[in-house]
Amino acid sequence: MTLWASLLTMSLVMTVVAGFLAVVLRDLLAAALALGAQGLFLSLAFYLLQAPDVAIAQAGIGAALTTAIFLLAIRKTRRKEEE
Amino acid sequence: MTVVVRTIARLLFPVALAFGGYVIMHGHLTPGGGFQGGAVAASALAMVLVAFGPSRLKDKKGLLSALESLGGTAFVVLGFLGLGVTFFANVLAGSHGLFGRPVPYGPNPGDLNTAGTLPLMNWAVGFKVLAGLGAVVLLFALFGGEDDR
Repeated sequence: MTLWASLLTMSLVMTVVAGFLAVVLRDLLAAALALGAQGLFLSLAFYLLQAPDVAIAQAGIGAALTTAIFLLAIRKTRRKEEE
Repeated sequence: MTVVVRTIARLLFPVALAFGGYVIMHGHLTPGGGFQGGAVAASALAMVLVAFGPSRLKDKKGLLSALESLGGTAFVVLGFLGLGVTFFANVLAGSHGLFGRPVPYGPNPGDLNTAGTLPLMNWAVGFKVLAGLGAVVLLFALFGGEDDR
């Protein structure tokens, strides 16, 4: 497997893992950070698939801005998810 | 937030803002452009809001609103500039004036002073996106009273 293919596989697997963690985690702060990591790995996958334009937009909006909005929302409500 | 987060945010804010300006400035040469650069700069603003709380930026609502209006108006004015030919006609390209140098032939490292009205439109869109997304995050942070936790 070439370096490109292994990097792409790693970023896609990490995207799935981070998305799974964002759903499963009970601590909402950790879940929001997992969602940010998912956006970052997805932007890495976009970059490896020769779409740097989409990668910049995904890193700016998906990884940074939505995480900031989630953090502000958690600050205004509560941190733990209840059953 | 803790002192670690505040220090990192204080160090990283000008860097992120400068990178957003870089992405906007080179929008007609490299990947990126007005929207992407504005989003990067707005994420710098959001980082400061998360680290320091909204109280420091509370009086900047009017500035962000004016910046967004300026960006939208500049985009439409640049569109009307080419009305002698068609709407959005690139009158500045190849005019040897502002952004008017002819594009060099063949592979080249990229000349910033080309492409006519497109860089100006990138700046207009960049300011509009920066002010719009920044105002959204700021109003969201100010909603329901401010508590600096």
